[in-house]
Amino acid sequence: MYQYDTIDKDMLADRSAEFRGQVARRLAGELNEDQFKPLRLRNGLYLQLHAYMLRIAIPYGSLNPTQLRKLAWIGRTYDKGYGHFTTRTNLQFHWIKLSDAPDIMDHLAEVDMHAIQTSGNCIRNVTADPYAGATAEEIDDPRVWAEAIRQWSTVHPEFSWLPRKFKIAVTAAPKDRTAAKTHDIGLNLKRARDGSLGFEVMVGGGLGRLPHIAPTIREFLPAPRLFSYLEAILRTYNRHGRRDNIHKARVKILVAALGREEFARQVEAEWEKIGSEPDLPDTELARIRGAFAPKNFETLPAQSEAFEQARAAKPAFARFVRNNLKPHKVSGYGIVEVSLKAIGETPGDATAEQMEVIADLAERFGQNDIRVTHEQNLVLPHVKLDDVPAVWARLAEVGLATPNMNLVSDIIACPGLDYCALANARAISVAQHIAEKFADPDRAERVGELKVKISGCINACGHHHVGHIGILGVDKKGEEFYQLTLGGSGAEDAAVGQALGPALPYDKVADAVDTLVEVYLRERADGERFLDTFRRTGVAPFKEAVYAVAD
Amino acid sequence: MPSRIRLKDGVFSLVEDPFTAVSDDWAIPQGDVIISLTRFQAEGERLLSEGRKVGVRLEADEEVEALAYDLPQLSVVALAFPKFGDGRAYSYASLLRERFNYQGEVRAVGDVLREQAGFMVRCGFDAFEPADGSTPEVWERAAHRFRHVYQRSIDRRTPAFVERGE
Repeated sequence: MYQYDTIDKDMLADRSAEFRGQVARRLAGELNEDQFKPLRLRNGLYLQLHAYMLRIAIPYGSLNPTQLRKLAWIGRTYDKGYGHFTTRTNLQFHWIKLSDAPDIMDHLAEVDMHAIQTSGNCIRNVTADPYAGATAEEIDDPRVWAEAIRQWSTVHPEFSWLPRKFKIAVTAAPKDRTAAKTHDIGLNLKRARDGSLGFEVMVGGGLGRLPHIAPTIREFLPAPRLFSYLEAILRTYNRHGRRDNIHKARVKILVAALGREEFARQVEAEWEKIGSEPDLPDTELARIRGAFAPKNFETLPAQSEAFEQARAAKPAFARFVRNNLKPHKVSGYGIVEVSLKAIGETPGDATAEQMEVIADLAERFGQNDIRVTHEQNLVLPHVKLDDVPAVWARLAEVGLATPNMNLVSDIIACPGLDYCALANARAISVAQHIAEKFADPDRAERVGELKVKISGCINACGHHHVGHIGILGVDKKGEEFYQLTLGGSGAEDAAVGQALGPALPYDKVADAVDTLVEVYLRERADGERFLDTFRRTGVAPFKEAVYAVAD
Repeated sequence: MPSRIRLKDGVFSLVEDPFTAVSDDWAIPQGDVIISLTRFQAEGERLLSEGRKVGVRLEADEEVEALAYDLPQLSVVALAFPKFGDGRAYSYASLLRERFNYQGEVRAVGDVLREQAGFMVRCGFDAFEPADGSTPEVWERAAHRFRHVYQRSIDRRTPAFVERGE
């Protein structure tokens, strides 16, 4: 893992001091709320329904046990004993006092953490494949590039006051676990025939009111030229992105208005003028790469006796293995997915105790490495198969062993009306009702991969557009209604979902999902996921079934 | 005479401003003036021929390239911040310095707060009209808030990746 050096630490200390001064000026009335707002936002501080919300950056979703314990401690000390992992692999605390925020920043800085640029119209926390360094699928370690982007984008002189927020994801595997095509920039590492590294550059994805899947503007950008190219994209956007209408200010609108070819042409023309000066020297890339050097893996047989015995003896463990254990690039190791989607709980929430248990497990069994996924779960990326039974047993004790990865109850939901000032409708309780419908794990497994994503308003923080089943809360004359979409995906087969039909009332949503699943089970051909069946049959059979029941 | 904060040889100081900012519906007064791009395009040549110094105020939605051929004659380019969150002028300042090699004064005008000082200095601004009453001392402190920088920029500060190799 990348270790902050004195320069990185000084940056955090200086930022923290600046923010402390800004809060003092606000509390003294020297800054009004309009002036303070953009300043607090770029330090992760939102004003929500009940209190301030603090969003802490977890760059490329990577944490060590010390950091996770600190988050647990902050949750206990300044919040209500829990935190919420987000779809940007950040952590949010929802019950923060403004006057405590500067102290929290200092505590975070002690463990090389911060809330810099987790909100505001700037380059946000960069995300990467949560299996980086562990999966055999990857072409290169995307964290190397994500860390370099983190530094480059931190307090960028020219690109810190953009028309709107700006999100970058880096992936290096054919299977996209970052939702790269829903980002302002998605970078997909590739290797050319001559062995050299490069990026497929996708620009202009985004969800929100107007969902867009990012088109590719360059098939292969030589990797050493990444930063001059990013500069060209950001400069084009900073100059020409709309600033007159907040809902039309994302780069996706500019790309759509100009068209992919014209946008790409403008970027390339700017890039030629910029030259190579902004690119990072090889020495710095090598330094960062060194921080992500492979761990000291033991030479182990592919099969573990202890693991096989536990799997044979304990059906619950076998189920966990089927759903939550993924293949590791090193023989005798596995990637363990830790579900934050226990049935009936809030998706993405973790208590301070749970965070501490995960920190302990990472220390004892997981090479001190913890990842956060954009689907709001955690990952222990390097666990010996021999140790998986012990890890599972401990996770189960604290409600973290739900065997539901990628299944129907592994739902993304935004905070919704329970916390958020923007929401029109509840999202968390809808997720809970759906999860409860599929509480029988046999049935959930029979259904297989099914991504349900729920947003409490059109800002789409719950990514409903790219859910296999997407659910959007709307307000109809003071009542909560929900529009369902089908067939969306945020992965490599990205697509925006298609509307099912008229919105449904709050108490009919879980039943409707149940009906959709029944239609799928009836219609599916061998090996088809829900998404595949839907794409083959179209909306008709699903629509018919849901509205026949509703009538 | 009004004044603005000037950055020269690394020092921030309050200096008198010999330029009058002239809006389009005013008559041009005597002496050095800063005028709009539209007015400069109509009257610039005449004003320059009178031997006075001329600056242009560029609004955020105007293209800096429109000044490309006139820059050697301009004493000031004033870049407007209609709102302090509007960051277009950072790109314009960078382009003026880097691409057009402009050596004159690049001045920040409009909704200019100390929070922007560091960004402005890094992008090549060297004159500031703060709207928040900042003194040169306050401005300097804000501009030097960060002991390190991660990027190369117009100010030629040593970026972290070079510092690390030293």
